[in-house]
Amino acid sequence: MRPDLEIIAKWIKPGSRVLDLGCGDGSLLHYLKTSKEVLEIGLEIDGVNIERCIENGVNVIEQNLDQGLSNFQSSSFDTVLLAQTLQALSNPHELIDDMLRIAKNGIVTFPNFGNWKSRIYLASRGRMPVSKFMPHQWYNTPNIHFCTVKDFDALCAEKNIKVLARTVVDSQHQGNWAMKAWPNFLGEIAIYHITRGKPIE
Amino acid sequence: MSNSIPADSVGLVKPQVHHFDEPLTLRSGKVLPAFDLVMESYGELNANKSNAILICHALSGDHHAAGIHSVDDPKPGWWDACIGPGKAIDTNLFFVVSLNNLGGCAGSTGPTSINPQTKKHFGPDFPVVTVRDWAKSQLMLMGRLGIKKWAAVVGGSLGGMQVLRWAISYPDRLRHAICIAAAPKLSAQNIAFNEVARHSITSDPNFHEGRYLEQGTYPKQGLMLARMVGHITYLSDSAMRAKFGKTVTDFENEGTNFGRDLRSGNLSFGFNVDFQVESYLHYQGERFSENFDANTYLLMTKALDYFDPSVDFDGDLSKAFANSDCKFMLMSFSTDWRFPPERSREIVNDLLKAGRQVTYLEIEADAGHDAFLMPIPRYVNAFSKYLGRVHKEISAEQA
Repeated sequence: MRPDLEIIAKWIKPGSRVLDLGCGDGSLLHYLKTSKEVLEIGLEIDGVNIERCIENGVNVIEQNLDQGLSNFQSSSFDTVLLAQTLQALSNPHELIDDMLRIAKNGIVTFPNFGNWKSRIYLASRGRMPVSKFMPHQWYNTPNIHFCTVKDFDALCAEKNIKVLARTVVDSQHQGNWAMKAWPNFLGEIAIYHITRGKPIE
Repeated sequence: MSNSIPADSVGLVKPQVHHFDEPLTLRSGKVLPAFDLVMESYGELNANKSNAILICHALSGDHHAAGIHSVDDPKPGWWDACIGPGKAIDTNLFFVVSLNNLGGCAGSTGPTSINPQTKKHFGPDFPVVTVRDWAKSQLMLMGRLGIKKWAAVVGGSLGGMQVLRWAISYPDRLRHAICIAAAPKLSAQNIAFNEVARHSITSDPNFHEGRYLEQGTYPKQGLMLARMVGHITYLSDSAMRAKFGKTVTDFENEGTNFGRDLRSGNLSFGFNVDFQVESYLHYQGERFSENFDANTYLLMTKALDYFDPSVDFDGDLSKAFANSDCKFMLMSFSTDWRFPPERSREIVNDLLKAGRQVTYLEIEADAGHDAFLMPIPRYVNAFSKYLGRVHKEISAEQA
């Protein structure tokens, strides 16, 4: 099991209702379904991924996240997942609002653009970072909203979203003490467990 | 078996008739004291009878969904694209049951049957049947076949509405509800088209208030016109262009309409058939009018118009699904303007609201509403994979 998925699974209550936004081939939901017996729905737009979800026995709905989630009732799920999809959304901040409307808890993972490799790439070459992990050129990348750990922390503060837990791992999904100490510099993938904060007075 | 039968065909099939002596109380309050249902089946029922799939037909369909009736039969069943060994509904894995609904004209009791009380054709006296009545009669057939739970109930269009009715009325009698190119209820536009079709039939001088069989005739013109109108709504604009035009530029260069019949090369400047699409519609209407009963057509369109399972739940369809524990699979087609993807999404959203397990796909297809009858790769693949999942489930339970 990939360590990041294991981290996410720890935050999911057995038998709970889980909505996965941009669920890919459904492997995370399949894992949660078999290990935690969750009731799952995944949203996906890629046809190949949708077929894989069906093969994986995962409930999947063809739906474009950029058109919003107004078809989902408030508090109709226990947890909403957004794994490695945040950076590809037109309005990530609005989707996060919607996530925490649909469920009390959200789990967000994204590539951390504040990672030292990105910083050095940009500083030394003066060009947008391209790597095995993020292989696209600036003009054809689906990732239109990169952010850093610090950026996401700031968004949560601004929106009064409570961060229950934050972990960073490398591209092999491994973490260590140094990453814990300097997450925005060393972490390649950020994993957030968030919940609705108290409304601002 | 003849060499001419393809390997992925269910081959020669023979319909069977089941007679029911138990009275069936219809939604209208009327009672059918006894009735026949004609059905076909494909594939083998397994030992614990868990691999049965019910196929529900649409407006003009019948029990002959797959295979052929004789080796000389050039036309296989209406859903042969999807039912057969190795096909989406794989008859190597499933036992597939397909029936002709009550009120039909292909062998089940309907307007062309003899009314035992009058010894004449039922004709217009056959009671109006609804989707709910069909599901009820299908449940009786299920009992006759000794099946406790369908692995899946499957249907497109009006067939998909029967699937929804099953999920609402008999949720513990099916594992999966597969509803294709359907709608939660008809739109005013849908009903309007149906009314044009009905009016063309009833205003035909040969209709004789529905007693045309007693007069030895039938409302051919009216039925033709009804089918022509219906047929237009089954095809998309793009499908018609593709079928009746050369290329778009060919026609644009000549500055003429799509559908122009270029074979003749000139226009008649009269009211003859100048365009291929005209002769196509005439042909479709003609063929249909010779094979379909006008009273059945009226009944089927009424069943469509009356379909709205939310009526018992203050107009809230999500409440209708409150006990529908089966899993749902819905598919729609991009150019379907009879029951467009938005209508399927309405159903999906009400299922989500009810907390149901749903899978939904929106298939890019040019063919319009008729796409559900065609072997469109993405559609057939998803369909096949979903039923693979269903088969895995029943196999796991058996083990």
